[in-house]
Amino acid sequence: MWPPFALESLRAQVRQIEGRHRRATPSLPFGVGAVDSRLPGGALPLGALHEIAGGGNGAIDGAAAALFAAGIAARTSGKVLWCLTRLDLFAPALAQAGLNSDRVIYLEGGDEKTILACFEEGLRHGGLGAVVGEVARLPMTASRRLQLAAEGSGTIGIALRRWRRQTEASDFGQPTAATTRWRVSALPSTPLPVPGVGRARWLVELIRCRAGESADFELEACDATGHLRLPADLVHRSGQAEGGRYSASA
Amino acid sequence: MVLAADAAAHASGLRVGMPASKAQALVGGLVIQDANPTADAEALERLAFWMLQRFAPIVAADPPDGIVIDSTGADHLHGGEAATLAILVEKLASVGLRARATIADTWGAAHALARFDPRPAFVSEPGNAAQDVAPLSIAALRLASDMVRDLHVLGFDRVGDVLAQPRAPLALRFSPELGRRLDQAIGCLAEPIEPIRPEALIEVRRAFAEPIGVAQTVARGIGELAIQLCDTLERRGLGARRLDLICQRVDSRAQAVRVETGLPLCDVKRMTRLLCDKIETIDPGFGIEVITLAATVTEPLLPKQASSGLIDPPEPDVSGLIDLLANRVGERNLYRAAPVASDVPERTVRHIPALSPDTGAEWPGRWPRPSRLLPHPEAIDTVALLPDHPPASFTWRGVRRRVKRADGPERVFGEWWKRDPELAAVRDYFRLEDEAGERYWVYRAGDGEDPLTGSQRWFLHGIFG
Repeated sequence: MWPPFALESLRAQVRQIEGRHRRATPSLPFGVGAVDSRLPGGALPLGALHEIAGGGNGAIDGAAAALFAAGIAARTSGKVLWCLTRLDLFAPALAQAGLNSDRVIYLEGGDEKTILACFEEGLRHGGLGAVVGEVARLPMTASRRLQLAAEGSGTIGIALRRWRRQTEASDFGQPTAATTRWRVSALPSTPLPVPGVGRARWLVELIRCRAGESADFELEACDATGHLRLPADLVHRSGQAEGGRYSASA
Repeated sequence: MVLAADAAAHASGLRVGMPASKAQALVGGLVIQDANPTADAEALERLAFWMLQRFAPIVAADPPDGIVIDSTGADHLHGGEAATLAILVEKLASVGLRARATIADTWGAAHALARFDPRPAFVSEPGNAAQDVAPLSIAALRLASDMVRDLHVLGFDRVGDVLAQPRAPLALRFSPELGRRLDQAIGCLAEPIEPIRPEALIEVRRAFAEPIGVAQTVARGIGELAIQLCDTLERRGLGARRLDLICQRVDSRAQAVRVETGLPLCDVKRMTRLLCDKIETIDPGFGIEVITLAATVTEPLLPKQASSGLIDPPEPDVSGLIDLLANRVGERNLYRAAPVASDVPERTVRHIPALSPDTGAEWPGRWPRPSRLLPHPEAIDTVALLPDHPPASFTWRGVRRRVKRADGPERVFGEWWKRDPELAAVRDYFRLEDEAGERYWVYRAGDGEDPLTGSQRWFLHGIFG
């Protein structure tokens, strides 16, 4: 057998086993070339589960991670279900990241079990634009269920990982069935020529990506339409812009 | 004879059972109304129906002066037993009825505690019926008045005294009635509630030849009932807002499930899905004989214009999902946020029902707002130049952070037109960024000069992304 052909047929077999060849899944590009080029297919797949956590103190407060998730949800169409256990999410900030108050339905669950069940129910329905769930623990079984529910309906699922204590954040190293895994930490804001705080910057780490490699990016936070941006001082430096450093996969 | 006396009457010395002439002698100008027991009973039935619509699927009038509710299966809609009870008492108070309410394991215990316990709204812990009832007076046991008198003569004052005695001599002396009432109160003897079924209630019923117990069979039964109910509703042009499923068990206990919908519902598939989601809360015991499905609250179902889809695809309908989730976590825990015209950050958000029409209103977007707002501002220690400089460093939760960049102040004035104590209150908000790049929202209570405007202490209120 001709070697290239053998390779091609092997790829076809693998695709068949994975069961993902049936339709080209719709996806959501970030609109930032440096990020999109790192993702398989050039965009974030919609019918999938994505994990987002904060780095450093963000593992507890999840402030930047929530905005990152809000930015993704804002660029989908339809209502967004946001499941929470702790009541400190401030709706005006989501509106400033492009997620209008009319689009977000909040769900307060007493415990993580309820959150996961409602999260899955939201994903299965298929009429929502995105479902965000703030959870601390995400066991393999639960994440697998969520991933399958998202694949079935084409709704994007975002698990916002948030822990009570810094020590519990090591749970983020455990494997889950999520398609991508992101860590968002705050960086000093864009310098201004006058005293003041400029546009927020994040270190966005793509820790794990199915069928892709990990990477990290320095980006400016979501604008009023949920779009990220490459910082102006980095755009002209080709080495950074082409994809940044590689980091060890967690 | 005086038949009823409220607190005011008690204060002027009137008692139930007193001759009317004596009452007139005690209180000058007393207006006497003839008692009308039938009208009273009818009013009680009406009140019971009102509670059936609002609180629980199994409600019955408990004449002369009570209503008994089996709240199992409906508490989640109001956020728990205590919350249900508080809402019930509050709603009754708002229409001028002073009510005493108790939730307990058994009808007997609840009856006794509601009438003889000093607390106006009391939730007895599960399994505590005997303990809670023991200190109450014998009269709490729903016994004939001469039996109560005889028991008093023998030296029994409290329910606990009788409970501690051997039963046989008591039954011999007082008839088995005493033992029966005792057992009903402490839960040794079942006492089914015969729920009221008003004429107007839309209800379908299915009896099974053999008692059923398996979840799948129950689900099939529910499916058949939903078809019948939707058929009835459709003929009348109604949609259900509240559905009650009552499973009558072989041991004549009833298991009830109540679900609510956000919009009038007349769709077999969604109705079945909503009810089947609750099957796990039904305890079939030795088997279920009869299932009843009632639409307790209905609303006219208005036909809706479907969009033609020529210009843009129709917005997907999420009301089914909302109903399902609301029945799982409670309606209060599923909401949308809407802006409130206020400058004080914690007052700028109000909750509206998830299915309310779009408001289109937004918060003013000029000033950045933190994505996490602490439920209570936390006091921090700062080093700051007064009156209007941002802090140079601050200590929050034991960690000192040096401020690299800062923005502010954004001055927020107290809402003196709504709240008197806020006449002079001022908060100065600053956006701070520490060396690691983490951004915080802190404020100083006061304008930095005038002690009338606040305590001049610093608080951390939010965390930016």
